[in-house]
Amino acid sequence: MTAASQSLALPETPLKTKLLRLLAGMVLAVVLMWAWQGSEMRPWDLITYRGNMAAYLSGFLTPDFSDWREYLHQTLITIQIAVWGTLLAILGAVPCGLLSSANLTPAWVHQPVRRIMDACRSINEMIFAMLFISAVGLGPFAGVLALFMHTTGTLAKLFSEAVEAIDPQPVEGIRATGANKVQEIAYGIIPQVVPLWISYSLYRFESNVRSASVVGMVGAGGIGMLLWDAIRSFNYGATAAMLIILVVVVSLLDLVSAGIRKRYI
Amino acid sequence: MQKPTHPPAAIEIETVTKTYGKRRALNRVSIRVAPGEMVALIGPSGSGKSTLLRHVSGLLAGDRGAGSIRIFGREVQKNGHVSPDIRSVRSGVGFIFQQFNLVGRLPLLTNVLAGMLARVGTWRSLLGWFSREEQRRALNALARVGLAEYAAQRASTLSGGQQQRAAIARAMEQRARIILADEPIASLDPESARCVMECLTALNQQDGVTVLVSLHQVQFALQYCPRSIAMKEGRVVYDGPSADLSSTALRNIYGISSAEIDLDGTTPLDLGVCRQPAAIAAGA
Repeated sequence: MTAASQSLALPETPLKTKLLRLLAGMVLAVVLMWAWQGSEMRPWDLITYRGNMAAYLSGFLTPDFSDWREYLHQTLITIQIAVWGTLLAILGAVPCGLLSSANLTPAWVHQPVRRIMDACRSINEMIFAMLFISAVGLGPFAGVLALFMHTTGTLAKLFSEAVEAIDPQPVEGIRATGANKVQEIAYGIIPQVVPLWISYSLYRFESNVRSASVVGMVGAGGIGMLLWDAIRSFNYGATAAMLIILVVVVSLLDLVSAGIRKRYI
Repeated sequence: MQKPTHPPAAIEIETVTKTYGKRRALNRVSIRVAPGEMVALIGPSGSGKSTLLRHVSGLLAGDRGAGSIRIFGREVQKNGHVSPDIRSVRSGVGFIFQQFNLVGRLPLLTNVLAGMLARVGTWRSLLGWFSREEQRRALNALARVGLAEYAAQRASTLSGGQQQRAAIARAMEQRARIILADEPIASLDPESARCVMECLTALNQQDGVTVLVSLHQVQFALQYCPRSIAMKEGRVVYDGPSADLSSTALRNIYGISSAEIDLDGTTPLDLGVCRQPAAIAAGA
């Protein structure tokens, strides 16, 4: 036994692999340096001008909750925007996600659908919000539509990645009973991806509460509008109060969705 | 080859060839199985058993230009084209897979009801609406394979042998007149394997279901199937009564010494899958 193991040679990493690894490391270093220059990174400024930051932040130390009813009301509107934006996005992402899965559709279907989803995803909610404000006017509905468009793009990608990672064997089991394509999806694929889909949707709902507070800044309803006004008028006390309310609400939602995830997944 | 008889054959495979690159997975295979037969398909790994069964179910299409497969006279494929009618033909053919292929997150009862999908409309199946009668039939199918008490449990919580019997229940729910089983017991322990083979035998003898089952354990073929078809390198090299399979014939099929073929031993011998290095076998 010992004699045999001594004569065995350990597998050697081929020279080509080593060189490729070195090359990959160099490319990564160049990209990082290039991006450092472009984004004008000056970390030492944080230390040099720390006095300014401290002065700015000290304004937040005295949150002004005198208008808390209005803040809470607008925060709830922000959540309502996120609820409908996310729900519409899920409804859109299920068919779009299935259509952009390479294991379900031919390339001439999934490639164009994927490009449309890329476009939805790469255009920021703020830009969609301004577009929809011109259509439906200022207010929360424009925010809902903006979140709907952007989140459909994101969820469709996540949904289709889940579909592409399924185990094909149960699907074949369903196919072998004589089921049609739609039934194969409903009985073979959906049960496999549902836990991931729920998890992604909840995560996007949480992100959408944050996004909804930002789209408000361009006039699409919710806490964002108040927040933007307060920041522009240097009213740090009110800004701090709104941010605290927002953080508390988002944390509560996070707890609730963690609970849901634990139950169903 | 037998002459065509009056009732159409249950399975009729004519000169089917399948080529992957340069490798012939199936080489002019012709097989006829009469209704009510229970036939074993034996041969070493890579001999084409699974490929053949998948062709019979229309999950794979043979090479263009030649060959056809019919089930009870209905066309599955011809000249390398799967019949446009395949779903309706498949609905009468149960397929048992080595890895069971149940949907793990669905309850056992739903997995069995999936056998009905070809008969219920698309919309009704999307809503998951099955009548009480349909559900009762599915439960009866589960009861026949001894799993009624697990009906509400997720399929993934059951053992391999139980899952395979549930897969047989799904084929029963299909009201399959033919069952194609692709290595149904290869992933099971001996006791579960025996259980599954007995389920298949019961369906064959009590319900007259035609069974074509691929096995790599010759003992099971001899024990349960009156007729065996042996394949090697994509060709049919033996087709006849299992009892007539001599050790010489088996040696030709598997290409190993006859001493390793333990025909009447009780321990199943894995032929062609695992050949132990001589050093270990000698206890060194």
